[in-house]
Order: sequence, then C-alpha cells, then structure tokens
Amino acid sequence: MELIVFDILAAVSVVSALLVVTRRNPIISALWLIVNFFCLSGLYLTLHAQFIAVIQILVYAGAIMVLFVFVIMLLNLGDERRLRDALSWKKIVAVGLSFGVLMELMYALMMRGQQYPFDAIKATEIGTVEYIGSQLFTKFLFPFEITSLLLTAALIGAVVLAKKKFE
Amino acid sequence: MISLPSYLMLSAVMFIIGVCGVIARRNAIIVFMSIELMLNSVNLSLVTFSAFLGNATGQIFVFFVMTLAAAEAAVGLAIVIALFRRKQTLNLDEINILKW
Repeated sequence: MELIVFDILAAVSVVSALLVVTRRNPIISALWLIVNFFCLSGLYLTLHAQFIAVIQILVYAGAIMVLFVFVIMLLNLGDERRLRDALSWKKIVAVGLSFGVLMELMYALMMRGQQYPFDAIKATEIGTVEYIGSQLFTKFLFPFEITSLLLTAALIGAVVLAKKKFE
Repeated sequence: MISLPSYLMLSAVMFIIGVCGVIARRNAIIVFMSIELMLNSVNLSLVTFSAFLGNATGQIFVFFVMTLAAAEAAVGLAIVIALFRRKQTLNLDEINILKW
C-alpha cells in the first residue's frame, strides 16, 4: 500500500517537474510546480513528517506560488513566447554533464547493499508539531530569531527593489 | 516500507531536472522556478534522512530552508519586476549589464 502511494507520488512529481522546465508559457509551468509541491507534501507524509508536509503546502504552494503567479500575471508575458530557447553547444554539453552526474548518483545509490531500518514510531514522534516546536524554541532559538531578521531584510529589499524609481 | 535509496534517487532526479531547467531555459521566471525545484529536492533528502535517522534536526533545517526560499522568492521577483521595467524583456541572454 505504502509502496503504491510512493510510486504514484514519485511518478507524478517527476513528470510535473519535467513539465515545469519544458513548458513555454510560465503560467503553465507555475501550475505544474504547484502539482509538484503537493506531491512532495504527500511524500513527506509517507515519511511521517506531518509538520513539514503542512508547511510545504502553506508556504510553498500557498505563499510562494501565489507570488510567482501574481508576478507572471503582472508582467503580462503573453507576447514573450517568441523568446526561443536557442540551443547552443555549451548548453548541450552542460545538460549532458548534468545527466552524467545523475547517472553517477544513481550508481552510488544502487550499489549500497546495506538496508537502513525505518523506525516508524520514532519518525512519527519527531515529525509532530509538538516535538519540532519544542526543539525550535529551545535548541534552535537563536537561528529562529535570526530568521526574523532575514525576513525583515527580505521585506525591505523587495519593497525597495520593486519601487517605481529604480535607478 | 520504502527504502532510503528510492527517496534519494527521486531527490536526485528532481534536482537534475532543476539543473537542466536552469541551464537550458532563458526565461528568468522559469529559471527561478527551476531553482525552487532544486531547493525542494534537497528538502526531500533532508526530511528522508531525518526520518530514517530519527533525528529532528533535518526537519528543522527544512523549516529554515523554506523561510529562506520565501525571502529569496520575494527579493528575486522584485528584481525581475525591476529588470522588466528597465529592459522590457525577461530573456536572460539580454540581461547582461553585470557582464564585462
């Protein structure tokens, strides 16, 4: 049962990722990216990471993709379709090299005969909001507070950059 | 139960798809979305290791990565808007004012 769910989610996420990078229209790419994020959220659930699964949908599929779709609509990229992706030598070599890296990774992962046990009870325990929250506000309090600084900086930066008078 | 390498392989495949998107596409927004794809595939491997090792640090790291991705998307899209206002294009080959 779990295996079937994993297979379906994995297949859909790979196909949607491929569609994200191959579609010509950015809006369609963005919508496929949302499909991909939902699949990833399902995969997190198969790993018993409930908190991360919910956050994935809220932050990624919710906040970030709304921002993306908003900007694409704002820029009115309908006539940007003539933007052809010219195939050059360098690109073909680079894509080939990245596939080489993929093959290498696959080889490395398949050659490991060792079995890693999955402790479902432990995984469920650490995936809860309660556990992550307690860790976040004790052991990781300082990075958590620094994050607020990062978000403030990003907020100000975004406002300043997107202002009308940008010189 | 699903084995650890299958999650990591999925993560690797998605990462490479993202890399190919960054390399091959010239539309700034699609390049941006490919970067998000790469961030997500790394998140998947972090959560996988976190769950298999029974250590929550990986999931907390993913939490921080998501915060960072939100900040990055806001600033990056602001840059895209500013660039589009100046150059009327999103073609990355034509945006080369920092190249010498």
